[in-house]
Parts: sequence; C-alpha cells; structure tokens
Amino acid sequence: MTRLKIERATAPLWVRPLIPVIAAVITFTLTATLVILAKANPLEAYYHFLIAPLSSRVSAIEVLVKSTPLLLVGAAVTFAFSAGYWNIGAEGQLYAGAVAAAWLGTILGNLPALIAVPVMLLGGFVAGMLWALTPALLKIKLAVDEVVTTLLLNTVILFVVSYLLNGPWRDPVSGWPQSPEIASSAMLPRLLPQARLHLGFVIGLLVIVALWFILSRTSLGLKMRATGLGMEAARFAGVNVNRTILTAALISGGIAGMAGVSEVAGIHFHLIDAISPGYGYTGIIIAMLGGLNPFGVGLAALFIGLLSTGGQTVSRALGVPAYLGDVVQAALLLVTLGAFILQNYRLRWVANEPRSSSPLHAASGNELKPD
Amino acid sequence: MPAIQMLGITKRFDPVLANDHVDFSLEPGEIHALLGENGAGKTTLMRILYGLYHADEGEILVDGQLAHITSPKEAITLGIGMVAQHFTLVPSLSVAENVVLGYTRGLGFDPLAAQQNVAEAAARFGIKTDPAALVRHLSVGERQRIEILKALYRNARVLIMDEPTSVLVPQEVNVLFETLERLRAAGLSVIFISHKLNEVMAVCDRITVLRQGRVVGTVDKTETSQAELACMMVGRETFGVVRHGEHPQGQVRLRLDHLNALDNKGLPALKQVSLEVQAGEILCIAGVSGNGQAELARVLAGTLKPAEGRILVEDQDLTGSDPSRFLAAGVGRIPEERHEGTIGELSVAENMVLERLDDFTRNGLLDRNLIRRHGEQLIAEYQIKAQPTDRMRTLSGGNIQKVVLARALSGKPRFLVASQPTRGLDVGATEYVRSKLLEQRDQGVAVLLISEDLDEVLALADRIAVIYEGRIVGVIPTQEASLEQLGLMMSGACPQGAARGGNS
Amino acid sequence: MEVLLIGLLAATLRVATPLILGTLGELFAERAGILNLGIEGTMFCGAFVGFVVGGATGNLWFGVLAAIVSGIFAGLLMGLMSVRLGVSQHVSGLGITLLLTGLSLFGFRLIYGEPRIPPSIQPFTKLSILGQVPILGEILGQYALTYIALALVPVCWWVLYRTNFGLQIRAVGENPEAADAAGVNVFLTRYLALAIAGGLMAAGGAFLSLAQLGAFTYGIIAGRGWVCIALIIFANWQPVRVLWGALLFGGVFALQLRLQTLGLKLPYEAFLALPYLVTIAALAVAGRNATYPAALLKAYKRE
Repeated sequence: MTRLKIERATAPLWVRPLIPVIAAVITFTLTATLVILAKANPLEAYYHFLIAPLSSRVSAIEVLVKSTPLLLVGAAVTFAFSAGYWNIGAEGQLYAGAVAAAWLGTILGNLPALIAVPVMLLGGFVAGMLWALTPALLKIKLAVDEVVTTLLLNTVILFVVSYLLNGPWRDPVSGWPQSPEIASSAMLPRLLPQARLHLGFVIGLLVIVALWFILSRTSLGLKMRATGLGMEAARFAGVNVNRTILTAALISGGIAGMAGVSEVAGIHFHLIDAISPGYGYTGIIIAMLGGLNPFGVGLAALFIGLLSTGGQTVSRALGVPAYLGDVVQAALLLVTLGAFILQNYRLRWVANEPRSSSPLHAASGNELKPD
Repeated sequence: MPAIQMLGITKRFDPVLANDHVDFSLEPGEIHALLGENGAGKTTLMRILYGLYHADEGEILVDGQLAHITSPKEAITLGIGMVAQHFTLVPSLSVAENVVLGYTRGLGFDPLAAQQNVAEAAARFGIKTDPAALVRHLSVGERQRIEILKALYRNARVLIMDEPTSVLVPQEVNVLFETLERLRAAGLSVIFISHKLNEVMAVCDRITVLRQGRVVGTVDKTETSQAELACMMVGRETFGVVRHGEHPQGQVRLRLDHLNALDNKGLPALKQVSLEVQAGEILCIAGVSGNGQAELARVLAGTLKPAEGRILVEDQDLTGSDPSRFLAAGVGRIPEERHEGTIGELSVAENMVLERLDDFTRNGLLDRNLIRRHGEQLIAEYQIKAQPTDRMRTLSGGNIQKVVLARALSGKPRFLVASQPTRGLDVGATEYVRSKLLEQRDQGVAVLLISEDLDEVLALADRIAVIYEGRIVGVIPTQEASLEQLGLMMSGACPQGAARGGNS
Repeated sequence: MEVLLIGLLAATLRVATPLILGTLGELFAERAGILNLGIEGTMFCGAFVGFVVGGATGNLWFGVLAAIVSGIFAGLLMGLMSVRLGVSQHVSGLGITLLLTGLSLFGFRLIYGEPRIPPSIQPFTKLSILGQVPILGEILGQYALTYIALALVPVCWWVLYRTNFGLQIRAVGENPEAADAAGVNVFLTRYLALAIAGGLMAAGGAFLSLAQLGAFTYGIIAGRGWVCIALIIFANWQPVRVLWGALLFGGVFALQLRLQTLGLKLPYEAFLALPYLVTIAALAVAGRNATYPAALLKAYKRE
C-alpha cells in the first residue's frame, strides 16, 4: 500500500521563474470554463486574447498604450512593498496626479512643451506624494495601519474629483462632468504617427529601470530591502527605518501620481471621473506577479496590458465579454500567489504507515502549512 | 504497566537529528525528569508525545496501547496535557474561558457556568485562582497555574511541564513543587523537562538524561548525585577556552547611571541599574532568564529607550539615541535572537555591511566590489561556511552567529555587548564564540556579556554582576564567586551584595 | 421639518442596512484574525447573484439565498488563500475583490448584454408593521431585510459571546497558538468564520439590488465594502457598536441626500467623504491603542 504524502521541500532554483508560467497555464485552464459559458471555443478565444493583439501593428501598439499606466503603478506599488509599506493607495495617488495634471495643463498653456511637460510630470509626482503623505506619517509616527488609511483615501479622492467635475471644473459648454482640455503644449508628445502611444510609455520604462537601479545599486535601496525583509533587524543594524519607510511611501505615491499625469496628458487631455478603471489595484497584481523584481514587474505590466487589450479583441471577435481580461488578471494573481507557496512542497508516494486501532488518526493533513 | 512508553523515537530536522532512537518510559504516579542541555532534544521528544511534531520513526504506547498521536487534541483525549515554556493562553479572555476553550460540548456557552466549573476544578486540585479574571492581568506564576489547571480540566493523567521554573521566582517555584507533589499523590504522572540539577533532585523520582538527541541513561534519584547527572548531561568536564590572567584596571568604557526601562508590556523591567565596564575586562550579567537581561541588551543596542537614567560610552551621552549613534560611538552588539540581527532574505555580504552602510556607499551608490571583498575577507577570517552571495537564511545557526560576530567585530568596537551569544550553538561554535570574546577582552575592548549559563559566566567573566527582577543585586570579582553564592543571588535570596553595585 | 426628519430617519435605516450586514460579516472575519478585503467584491457578487437568481426564479428570497451561497464560497476562497496557503491577507483579499467583480461583470454581460438602461426587477416591498400610524409607521415601514439586519446584531453578539464557537473565534483571532494547543481547530474555525462573513457580506449586496434599487448597476456597491472596513475599526470590533456606527454613517449619507434634493448648494461630496476622514482621524487618535484582534493579518502556521 502506498499513499500520497505532502512534504516540505524547497524547489530547485530554476523552478522559480517558471512558476508564473505554470500559474498562467492553470489560470487559463480554469477560465476556459467562462469562455465555454460564453459559447466560444477556448482555443480560439485564447488566440484572440493573447496572440491576435500582437499580430497587427495597431493592436500591438495599443497593448503598449494600455501598459503605460500599468508600468508606472506597478513600479509605484513595488517601491512601497519592497520597503514593507503596504501602499494600497496607488489608485488614489494616481487620481491626485491626474487632478494636478488637469490643473497645471490649463495654466501652463503659454510655456513651451519642453518646460510644460516636465512641470506636468513633476506636479503629478508632488501631488501623488502629498496624497501619500498622511498615511505614511500616521504609520511612522502613530503606528496606524497603512492598509486601511491608504484604502480609505482612495475613496475620498473620488469625492474630490467628483466635486471638481460637478462644480468648478464642469465643462461650461457641454455641461459634461469633465475638466477643460489641457493646453496642447502640456500634452505628452506622441511617439509614433497615427497611434496613441505617447511619451508616458518611455517614462514608464525609465521608471522601471530607475526602480531596479535604486533597489539594487543604492544605499537607499539596500535600506529599503532590509526594512521590508526584516524591519527589526534593520532597525537593530542602525537603519533609520522610519525615514526609509517614509521615503519609499512618498516616492511610491509620486510614481503613482505620474501615472495620473500620463493618462490625463497622454490619453484623455482632460480629467474625467473614470480616468482609472482601478489601475492602482491592478498595480498590486503586477507587483506581486512580478515577484517585486523590477524587470519581472515590467514584464507583468506588459502582460496585463496584453490581457486588457486581448479582452477587447476577444469581445469583438467572438462576443465573449471583455471582462474576461479582468477575471484572468485576478485569477492569475491568486493562482500565482498560491503557486509561489506550494513550490515549497512536493508530493511523494510513500509506503502506508501501519495505523493504530485508535479512531483518532483522521485529519492528519496538518503538514501542508507554509513555513 | 507504564503510563507512557516511547520506543525508538527518531525525529530529523534537516540537517539535525533532534531525536535519535529515543526510548522513554513513564510510570503512573511518578515525577520523571527529562534532563539535558539546551538542544539535547527534550522539548522535541515531548512535542512528539503531545502531537505537535510527527516522529519519523518509533512508536508511542499509552497505557500499553499503541497510539497514533497526530494533534494535541488526540493527546488530550489520551489524557496527556502539556504546559509549554511559552504559555498558550489568550490574554484577552478570562481564566474560565481559557480553561474550557476547546473542551466544550454543545452550542451554547454560559460564562457563569464555565466560571463555576473551573472554580470547582481548581478547588479539587488545590489551585488558587479567580475564574472571572482576565488572563492579561495575571502574574507569570498565576498563568502557569492556569496552564496546569487547563490540562487537569481535560482529565490529564500525564502532565508534561517544559522548563516550568525558568520563568518563575523562587517563591513561585516552591508553590509549583507543592502543586506537583499534590498531583503525584493524586496518582498523576509528571514529565519535568529541565536543565537544572537541583530542581530535578528536589522534585523528581526518576531522571532520564538526553544528550545530543540520544538517551544517556535513566536513573533513580536515590541512586544518583548531582555530580553524576552533570557528567551524564554535559559529557565533558572542562571548557575549551582559557581566560588569561587578571585584567589590569582599565579606563571606564561604559557607564550606566540609574537606568530604568519598561518592557514591551509597559512594566518596569530595569530598575535603577548602575554599572561600569572597563577596557580589557569581561563583565558578565548573570541571572535567571526574564529578569531584565533582554531589556538591558536592547537598551545597549539602542533599540529600547530607557525611561530614566543615563548611558555613557566613553563620556558620550547616548541616552535615547538611535542604534546608528551607538554604532558610531564604537558599540558592538551581538543580539540575543540571531534573526533579530540578520535578515534572512538578504545576502551574507549585505548583512555584513548593514551596520556601517556609509563606509560602503559613495554618493548614495553602493560600492559593490568593496562589499563583496569585505564579505570574502570576513568569511575567510571567521571560517564561515558560506559564499558572500548566499542568502542568510540558508546558513546554519553557528554560521549565522559567526556572521553576527564578524559584523560586530569588524567595526572595531571599543565596547561590546553580547547577549546569550552561545545559546543553541553546537560545541565547536560555542568554543569559537567564547574564544573570540576573550580575544576582544585581551585586545582591550570592554565586554559586557549577558548569559544565563553559569558555567560560561565563571569561565569568561572578570567580574560578575547578578541581575534579579531588573535590579543589579551585586557585583563580585569572579575569583571571589562561588556557584552557591551566585545561585543565592540569582534567586533574590542575597540582597546584601546590592551595596556593591557599580565599580567599587 | 417633521416630514424631513421622518424621511431622514427612514432613509438612515435603509442606507445602514447593507453597512450593518457587511460590517457584521467583516466582524466575524476579523475577530477570527483575517482582514477580508474581499468584502467589496463579495458584496458586488452578492448583489449580482441575488439579482440574477431573484429575477430568474421570480422569488426574491431565492435570490437572497443564492447571494448568501455565493458569499460563502467567496469566504471559503479567502480561507483557501489566507488560512490554508498563508498568502498575505491584503493581497489575497484585494485579489478576491478583483476576481469577484470581474466574474460578476462577465456574467452580467453574458446574460444582459450591454443594455442602455440597467435591467430592473420588481423589488421587495416594504413591510408596513404599524400600517398607517403616522410618523412611526412611516419610519418603521422598512424592508424585511432591514429588520433581519437589525435582528442579526444581537444574534451576532450572542454567537460571539455566548456560544462555544464564538469563544473559539475570539481565541483564534487573539492567539491561534494558544487555541491550537487547547485543541481548537484553528483552520476550521477560521474557515467557518470566513464563510459566515462572506454570507453576511453578500446578503448586504443583495439588499441593494433586490430591495433598495430593484436593479443591478456597475456602481451598485460603490465602495460600501471599504466603508465597512472603516466601520469595524470605528466600532472597535464590538457587534453592538457596529449598529451605532452603521446608523451614524447611514445618517450622514441620508442627510446629504436630503440636503441635495432640497437644492441646497452644498458640496455634498464633503459629507460623503466625512465618514472616511472621521475614521482616519479616529485611527490616528486610537493609534497604537486601537484594540485590533491581536492575530489580525498573521497567518497561522504549525511548526
């Protein structure tokens, strides 16, 4: 007699990068059920979902357009999480940046783009930082849990935006709840003819590189990683943990704010209340999928950008609701997180132990616990 | 028939063999000591019996019946109770709620009825308690009695006590021993885990000695002596390190002036502590664990701010400073918990530079070559079995401690505070750490060593300061110290030494 | 003035209902040591499932029941992630919110396509307990679910403080090691608490689609789940205080609605944001002293 036993064993190093791939396969298998429910062939659907968007120039560029804010929020979340600061507020910080961009964009009209664009980015950065400041200060001064405070401020800024759009900034001509269009010199320049891809994408890539550089090459980065991975030990070793957390939180907020600038000044050209379909939360998915590794995060952002575009492609081609993209993203997050934990276990056939006559040996699955 | 028989129990925690074919037998109505040094495998064996670990090999018989114990719940059903070293009580619940928790039937819970039941059970076993009181308001000794009551309430006939006296003051130890003898008289069996010979001789009927995961032997109390037990337990008579000569009077490197500090529950942990440590000496803080040593170490590391008093390191006032200023003032620190000092997911080389990051940084950028070379150099110098790029968590306990030591000493400290630096290490690593401490002393560093191991204290210290309930009850030169006197002072029985506090 | 006040009180109870249900749910999760940020998605899913099943079967109570079942599954999924696998509670909770929101929207598109006006059903009718009695009759003319929510407050108190299961929940949320050592199945207790939590949250969502609106819209929950997260802190993890907190939040919300309909030129957003800001301020004041369940956010692992 043999039975299956779960035991703890660290997976070989080469397995680690494969885990997102395995998780993706599992996820797509699970979500195939939805495709079938939508009366479509899963293989065909996944072709339109994953491959078709890359097969034409227009849609491939659209993937990059979709990835632009994701690169930024992914980097923003990674920055905070690396230092052990659970910034759930990238969404709100993005809106803060968007508000700043909508405001600056209308008053910078007389300046040349060479000045206006950097000022826009800087303004968004500062706005995101300011929106991130209160929870960070509460965290380091009063030990108030940042998860709840950053989360609540996400909703608060939606009310701020709603006030602005229904009040002082309401479009006087159309009466739509949208701010006046920003000056053309404040718009982020387009990178390619006849495509929406704009400077924000390059900035996103640069921010990813900067994230890598700061985390792995600078003193601040080492302090952040030390704080995130072992706060007490970092404090013991003389790292100013509070200052490190504050720095990470503010830079994180600033980058998220730039994502808001990127959407306002690169895509919409005015503030609307639906400027973000939850990018800030997607940023958390991206940071976790990328394993908090800057380049992993970059790849994850591009992949999620593909999923968002693919959701629309598959919707147009086969009538499968575009929300398939959202479901796949979230499912992928959960499956990947589970897989990263389960890699520490393996299944093995073992000889069946002789059991006692005691009726009490049930439920011995207790060993499947993460370390 | 024995109440418990454990046959050929083997448990491996890679790479350590924690229990190696251990046989153990417990008679009804006896108090049986499980004696051994830290890491001998006593607790592991008992955690297997209580269903917290699963043995890799071996069998357990309860009342002669083969038993397959896979959870504490099953152990409890078989009449086995355990009082762990760290109490497993829920502080926000009442005594009664804690006692009946997990041992209730039906749907409803009636707090008053539960209190009534618990009060009756407590009276039956002669345990004094207030069932309505919240556990968070109880003293350590009272909490321990709740733990015992909890096991008895579940009809335990075998009670495992894991180092029950390590957290108790002497009066409470006496209460505990009285309680245990009452239980024995009522026919219960007790397994008493300890490494303290006098306690074992005072209260136990038989003694099983473990060393490095193996049973050395089981003896009757009447047929053995403390000396024989010590021999069985330690297996060696001497330490491999020798302290050279007496230290000359050096300049004072550390001065603590009427220091008061609170523990993390907000209770006074250090009371009016005044001490001086001179260059070229090792001053040992001896005491039973939990008497303020942890807080003293944290105060000297800069991670706990004293409530009152002053800390002077070579005339620099460091009171209320951050750890970075302690480091800058030439204080080297070896923390009590190794994971308190190192970060498992960072590399060995990164851990080694964390305390002096500025020396390895240029314009905010890490000098990665220098960091790697520094790592390689310390690894070679301290014979650490690791590569500079290895994750810290992949190292063994001894190697982690060497990294901590290397980091602290590479900063060329003028004053070194080491807290339980050899706890949990194997013999080789222990001797290495001790020789390094002596080397520092001989080089003129002022060393403050906090240790609960009296043999270590006597082997290394120039002077010994005894701490009891947060106070320094006396400072004596080692050559004037006897085990008996230290034992008395550590148990608070000898307050006359208090007048000699500080450096006379 | 009197009319205004009566309407205000009636609206307060109505607005508070989903908050009471959601927060009581979160209470079970957090008292067991799990911060369930899946609440927003669970409520959304409950609103959707309740609406679909209620509409399809023609029996709104079947809708409520189906919503509760969906919530239980959501809770068990949270348990799988955070209890069994020990994934960070923040991330798994948010992941579940995103997943359930996506699934509900996917299902909505599948069933209803892209309608220009949200599909609607004949919602629950209000009970008229005191019939035509003036004032009281109007205030108490509420949906049955509102009365159920109010009744659940003492029920939840009773479960937490007067049942063995409640004792176990409180113990695993404060000190799971101790509970385990005492023979409590920590994992099972947490799973059950999360299942109850999910059922309550989903019922809160179903109230919105089946009673208050009689329709399903994309913005049906609109952050109410996050309000519950705030409320639970505000209520200091006490069932009865949950009621007062929800009524207070509901009252502020109802007040701004009234003021808006009166045409008062007030920035009503300030009113809406107020509860959030008050919660943050309360957290800042409580600071380190906030009596979080001690084991909140900590995955329990056996060695």
